[in-house]
Amino acid sequence: MNHSIMDPMIPHPYKIQRVIKETHDTFTLELKSIEKNGTFSFAPGQFNMLYIAGIGEVPISISGNPTKNGSLIHTTRAVGTVTKEMAKLKRSDVIGIRGPFGTNWPVKEAEGNDVLLVAGGIGLAPLRPVIYHILSKREYFGKIILLYGTRTPQDILFRKELEKLKSRLDIDIYVTVDRATRAWNGNVGVVTRLIPRAPFDPINTIAMICGPEIMMRYTITEISRRGIASENIYVSVERNMKCGIGLCGHCLYGTEFICKDGPVFRYDQIQNIFGKREF
Amino acid sequence: MESLERILVEHPFLKDLSPEHVHLIVGCARNIVFEPNKFLFKENEEAHEFYILRSGKVALEIYTPEYGPITIQTIGEGEVLGWSWLIPPYEWNFDGRATELTRAIALDGKCLRGKCEDDHVLGYELMKRLASVFEQRLYAMRLQLLDVYSGTTPKIKK
Repeated sequence: MNHSIMDPMIPHPYKIQRVIKETHDTFTLELKSIEKNGTFSFAPGQFNMLYIAGIGEVPISISGNPTKNGSLIHTTRAVGTVTKEMAKLKRSDVIGIRGPFGTNWPVKEAEGNDVLLVAGGIGLAPLRPVIYHILSKREYFGKIILLYGTRTPQDILFRKELEKLKSRLDIDIYVTVDRATRAWNGNVGVVTRLIPRAPFDPINTIAMICGPEIMMRYTITEISRRGIASENIYVSVERNMKCGIGLCGHCLYGTEFICKDGPVFRYDQIQNIFGKREF
Repeated sequence: MESLERILVEHPFLKDLSPEHVHLIVGCARNIVFEPNKFLFKENEEAHEFYILRSGKVALEIYTPEYGPITIQTIGEGEVLGWSWLIPPYEWNFDGRATELTRAIALDGKCLRGKCEDDHVLGYELMKRLASVFEQRLYAMRLQLLDVYSGTTPKIKK
């Protein structure tokens, strides 16, 4: 049973099994419940509230494999007070977890279609469970295309994993960076520049986008230009969250709560407020 | 020449151009291959050509004394590379280096400028298409400048 059903406001203790330094400012925590019968299941795109006693709580997407029970995986960037403290944690330290919360990526709806995943920076982490899910049921999907943009070659998240995936013949992966020296032989430029060449069938494609909001906005412009309808586009929206269950109102977004009605939204449902300054 | 014409007609940059105009452009075109690490052009050299890339990838580089060559953008298959041939003093602003085996159609800028002067309809058509390339590159470069993945807001003094 998931904790959220028992009491969504109570953090449950999880022990850190492993800390992986992904890049200079991002890291992955592998966690295991220390409660009896403490299993954890989630859908791709959902998030947990991670709590460090005496410091605070932050919402972080789950970046592990949803088809495997066992350890719980979170990848984040050390950028705020809590995540900077989190980056200092070591194996065997204990943190609190509440969740999983929120909506998920439309992996069921995507069956029978090409799937276009567009990730920017740390936005690759919430999309990683989608990749695991799709690859576990590969025959149910058409072409799978991942477009990933990040700052520099040193900022590429899950680099070894991406290289391994690239060697598969049933997924197309394109990576681009904003700046590089000659040591990098790949693409340089924003992720939207990869879209015109990406090999998907626009009328049978489900697009899932995660990254900084401005990057998602321009990505939507480009993929719409290629002919993907707005009802086939999904985005993950980020705002400050507190309770995680739609009570406190911290993450109100128009008439929706990001924590409960999001973070994954079908684009046509938020199109009128997406990218608007007031929201 | 016939196969060059076929390739150019099918390219999005020249899509829907009249057969007469395509024919005029073909007169200024040649097939070209660049080995990996071969420079297509260097900064401050005369820009006498531009390229329609058929395959491969070209890095646009700026040399910096601190870091050496920095790649500011890569141009790939299906894209158009270069507009310095159109704008005085007709000199390249960056280095262009093939990062892999690159096949392209090179178009002679001087030859095209002459044809555009003689035929303003052709000139206007080419200018519209190049303006669209400028717009896309400028827009991409503006996004790049925002440094959206840095996770920090740019420090701007009020």
